[in-house]
Amino acid sequence: MSRLANIYRLGVKELWSLARDPMMMGLIVYAFTAMVYISATAMPEALHHAPIAIADEDTSPLSARIASSFQRPSFMSPAMISAADVDAGLDAGDYTFAIIIPPDFQRDVLAGMRPTLQLNVDATRMSQAFTGSGYVQQIINGEVTEFLQRYRGVPAAPVTLTLRARFNPNLTPAWFGALMEIINLVTMLSIVLTGAALIREREHGTIEHLLVMPVKPAEIMLSKVWSMALVVLVATTLSLLFVVQGLLHVPIEGSILLFLTGAVLHLFATTSMGIFMATLARTMPQFGLLLILVLLPLQMLSGGMTPRESMPEFVQNIMQAAPTTHFISASRAILYRGAGLKVVWQPFVLLLAIGTVFYSVALARFRKTISLMA
Amino acid sequence: MNTAAVVASLRGVRLRHRRTLALDGIDLDLPGGSLVGLIGPDGVGKSSLLSLIAGAHKVQAGKVETLGGDMASARHRRAVCSRIAYMPQGLGKNLYLTLSIEENLQFFGRLFGHDRAECRRRIDELTTRTGLRPFLDRPVGKLSGGMKQKLGICCALIHDPDLLILDEPTTGVDPLSRSQFWSLVDGIRRERPGMSVIVATAYMEEADRFDWLVAMDAGKVLATGTPSELRTRTATDSLDATFIALLPEEKRRLHQPVVVSRFAPSEKDVTAIEARGLTMRFGDFTAVERVDLRIRRGEIFGFLGSNGCGKTTTMKMLTGLLPPTEGKAWLLGHEVDPRDVGTRRRVGYMSQSFSLYTELTVEQNLVLHARLFQVPAEEIPARVDEMAKRFGLEGVLSSMPEALPLGVRQRLSLAVAMVHKPTLLILDEPTSGVDPIARDQFWQLMLDLARQDKVTIFISTHFMNEAERCDRVSLMHSGRVLVSGPPEELVRDSSAHSLEEVFIKHLQEASASDNLPAASSLAVSPMPDAGRVSAPPVQRVFAFGRTFSYMRKEALELRRDPVLAGMSLFGTALLMFVMGYGISLDVENLSFAVLDHDQTTLSQNYVLNLNGSRYFVQQAPILDEADLDRRMRSGELALAIEIPPGFARDAQRGAPVQIGAWVDGSMPQRAETAQGYVSGMHQGWLAQMAARSSGLESASGALNIETRFRYNPDVRSRPAMVPAVIPMLLLMIPAMLTALSVVREKELGSIVNLHVTPVTRSEFLIGKQAPYIFLGMLNFLLMTLLAVTVFDVPVKGSFTTLAAAALIFVVFATGFGLLASAFTRSQIAAMFVTMIGTMIPTAQFAGLINPVSSLEGAGAVIGRLYPATHFLTISRGVFSKALGFSDLHASFIPLILAVPVIMGVAIALIRKQDT
Repeated sequence: MSRLANIYRLGVKELWSLARDPMMMGLIVYAFTAMVYISATAMPEALHHAPIAIADEDTSPLSARIASSFQRPSFMSPAMISAADVDAGLDAGDYTFAIIIPPDFQRDVLAGMRPTLQLNVDATRMSQAFTGSGYVQQIINGEVTEFLQRYRGVPAAPVTLTLRARFNPNLTPAWFGALMEIINLVTMLSIVLTGAALIREREHGTIEHLLVMPVKPAEIMLSKVWSMALVVLVATTLSLLFVVQGLLHVPIEGSILLFLTGAVLHLFATTSMGIFMATLARTMPQFGLLLILVLLPLQMLSGGMTPRESMPEFVQNIMQAAPTTHFISASRAILYRGAGLKVVWQPFVLLLAIGTVFYSVALARFRKTISLMA
Repeated sequence: MNTAAVVASLRGVRLRHRRTLALDGIDLDLPGGSLVGLIGPDGVGKSSLLSLIAGAHKVQAGKVETLGGDMASARHRRAVCSRIAYMPQGLGKNLYLTLSIEENLQFFGRLFGHDRAECRRRIDELTTRTGLRPFLDRPVGKLSGGMKQKLGICCALIHDPDLLILDEPTTGVDPLSRSQFWSLVDGIRRERPGMSVIVATAYMEEADRFDWLVAMDAGKVLATGTPSELRTRTATDSLDATFIALLPEEKRRLHQPVVVSRFAPSEKDVTAIEARGLTMRFGDFTAVERVDLRIRRGEIFGFLGSNGCGKTTTMKMLTGLLPPTEGKAWLLGHEVDPRDVGTRRRVGYMSQSFSLYTELTVEQNLVLHARLFQVPAEEIPARVDEMAKRFGLEGVLSSMPEALPLGVRQRLSLAVAMVHKPTLLILDEPTSGVDPIARDQFWQLMLDLARQDKVTIFISTHFMNEAERCDRVSLMHSGRVLVSGPPEELVRDSSAHSLEEVFIKHLQEASASDNLPAASSLAVSPMPDAGRVSAPPVQRVFAFGRTFSYMRKEALELRRDPVLAGMSLFGTALLMFVMGYGISLDVENLSFAVLDHDQTTLSQNYVLNLNGSRYFVQQAPILDEADLDRRMRSGELALAIEIPPGFARDAQRGAPVQIGAWVDGSMPQRAETAQGYVSGMHQGWLAQMAARSSGLESASGALNIETRFRYNPDVRSRPAMVPAVIPMLLLMIPAMLTALSVVREKELGSIVNLHVTPVTRSEFLIGKQAPYIFLGMLNFLLMTLLAVTVFDVPVKGSFTTLAAAALIFVVFATGFGLLASAFTRSQIAAMFVTMIGTMIPTAQFAGLINPVSSLEGAGAVIGRLYPATHFLTISRGVFSKALGFSDLHASFIPLILAVPVIMGVAIALIRKQDT
């Protein structure tokens, strides 16, 4: 009973510390409002304002028709250039796509001679190159089919494919961007705040004070875990309700409560990580570097930025141990696909397991090093 | 010059630190060519006054003139700063702990524009005089308090100042070092009679040797004059008493002489603290060596010795904070055990630094500690009241500790240590910096506790008059207890006049065996005065020498922290692996399943067409609509295909048929790519069917589209990502390191060297930046090497162009760090600003994944302006597109422009003076 009381008291103290640090509070507010908003609205659709150039050497009605079919918002209005300028334009990164329509293109199409049209793609711009080249081909094929149909009445293909996207019918990227930003912030802040809370105690010499009191290391650690997790959780909830739902109008399909449950499990793991890292780092610069080393892979490899299934298998396997991987998969299922506990219990269990392991390791390390901190 | 008469004059000077008024209308003329002392306890404004005179702090109100000019004028400050030497408060606060004595002196020598030979000559001369010569290679962090002070004065004297300002130079130093320090100052003054010295001190007994005194209290000057004048005026015989007599009436009334009553030992007394052979070693350094102690209940036991001699370590071992390497200790009859929570409840501990929670109010601190010590909840309010009354805290219960004077804070610390009514108190220098009245009050409290409540007190102190009040004292030196016993007995035994004399004697004996310089060898060694060869060089706007001095210092510090440098290099390599291998935009292995209502050869043929590609992996067939819904919700399926009944029949007949496909849209980018694949494959299937029946002609047959994927023919992610990861890592790591290196100086106090030496803001920042630029370029080379060898991404274009761009970019990155450090005060905040300012813009807006041209809103603006975008273009251009400078010069322009902008803002934001 007294243990719980100690954990509670010390946690409340952490909350006071944070409340009296205006810089930190300001940064948290900024992160959960402005940054979520900016990164949600900045996320382009994969094919959005793709810069395209056309070198039209045919100047026929058909080629003009093709040129006029590339329109905003998927493409920028095509730049009409000469075939000789194609290379320079691609080199400078002015265009992602450059189409060369050969001379006598229309004549050859009508004559059934299957002329060759060249599509150049800047393949270093991966995201546009992938979706875009297929899309460009479709547009050209569509234009040519329609042209032929009108010209000589070729029948339409009888089997059509109806493509529909579920859960985000228009594939609005803001929906995705906002949530991913929140998840990244949850991870980053919980690690920074707990780590910093511990290092601050060490720098101010108050840790030594705690150690001479009838307080156990586990109580000190748990107090930081719960208080900092609570701060992040409250910020997340507010951001979800007011920024994501209110300002960005992202429809949330599933239960926010279930999502927050997942967040609690995730925070258990990440705050433990924060403590662990603070015990490893001897100075603040070391902690800063460690933070980069840990946060970047977590952000980039957990499936929040690019699909996990396309990563090399060993990366996928290693990232199974990262809490973010499971948190992201559960959050997506809950918030977008309206999944219930029946669907997400598995990532939840994994999160709890990872959290428990991290917590025990951090506690063991904390016990071992705490006496050296004073 | 008439400055000899008055070295500094202040008129109507006021200074405010946030809410507290540090100086309240000071009018003062300090005589030149003499040793002027500022006396008074901590927190009365002595340090503020000195920092104003030195030009370290900005003048807020009033007029400060030093060496004949107005210190509010930047021009005058620049002109005189090389004639002033300022040694701030705190042992070695302006020194660099990981650097050796030699390196610290070199740093200061170059800062004041001495060339190599001149530096050498002065260093040799000063270290010979101070006896530091044999320890030139020793890192400052490993010096004792007394040696640090000597080094501090060497650093101050390296440029022959006309005005030497020493802020509490002897606080925390043992009596022997203290007397050595003063004979050193005397010696220097004899040789340079024109030099003025201003000293602040809290030791009244020291002030007796000064020429002229200024007694201060609460931001005001109480009195000025020679020591004897002051004594006569107040009709007192010791300066301690003089000071008390000078205080305003309402404060003086609080003072009552301490009534010392001696401890009466009796047979029944239990042992409160016992230690046998207590030893502590850190590596090969022995901090405490075989200490034996036995303290009886109700006794006041004093512990003396210089800073770093092992007192604090011994106390920590006794409290169980540090497990001893050897030996044992018992508290109240129980062996000290870090896990024994029961004993802790009976011990109160007050650590050296003020270590209460500054973010909690006085009352919150008391309540929190009472609760943690498990005082029953119903007793807490009464207990807090009792403590507040006993320690005089009633009026300040709702104040924040930082806003309180030091004496009150010390009382708060003691109240907190006493809140659970312990039977044993361990107090580590509880009175340093507290004014004489508060100190006497404090001692009265402790004597009452010991005599009336039988509380055992184990206390360490630097004050001899306090030591005399203890029942028994021990003198510690280099980890060993030299002597211990009741104070009167010690004086009698060594036939000395005072306790101080006893200790000096013992310390000299101990030093002789340690081969440390004794006091006598110091004062006499004459200065081999080769004439004051060079006057301090003319102040230039930008001196490379000073920049170089900071650069060298920073590089040395970096080299002393191999963990940090190693982490930044290996970290980059590690991150490059992680991201180069991990980030993949190739959308592959998407899981899909089919709900086939038709189940004919044709429908199976359609599915086979999908399944054969590397993009899709088929899962178990979908059973019904509900199954489809469930499996898509769980994220198991990224794509579901529904083939309608009668598909084959209708298709053969030429009747329109619709195949349904659902894509999981929760990750828009993946969904779009998947949609592209599916429709592409659908077209392919149609063409195949058309070719087979050849009766059907579709548009796909009318033309050929030849798609050429340029620069990266296989459309693999790695050649696209590796050149993009380099800018990201090259920004974050150097920025973080630079930011922290500057804020660290602010936090640890060595920023004062920027405030008081001739170094300008730009010299300071550029000097600190340079080593990190070098480290950044090492990082760049390492990453390029990894890209070529491990990732197989060759540099197709001009490497020189790439390297030039990288250099400019690293300058920008470190400049960003400087900027982040310019407006933050704590390392945490600087770290946070750097993270937010580098990681998110590069990952999202710099074109790493999405081209900048397709961004929208604020992101697009950030993306266009952010230099990482342009370096990314250059990096990809050189790596993948085989380009050179002429193709990429357009991207160089914004990159180059960003450097002066960011540096300019950083330099403008950092302050040359403390504000």
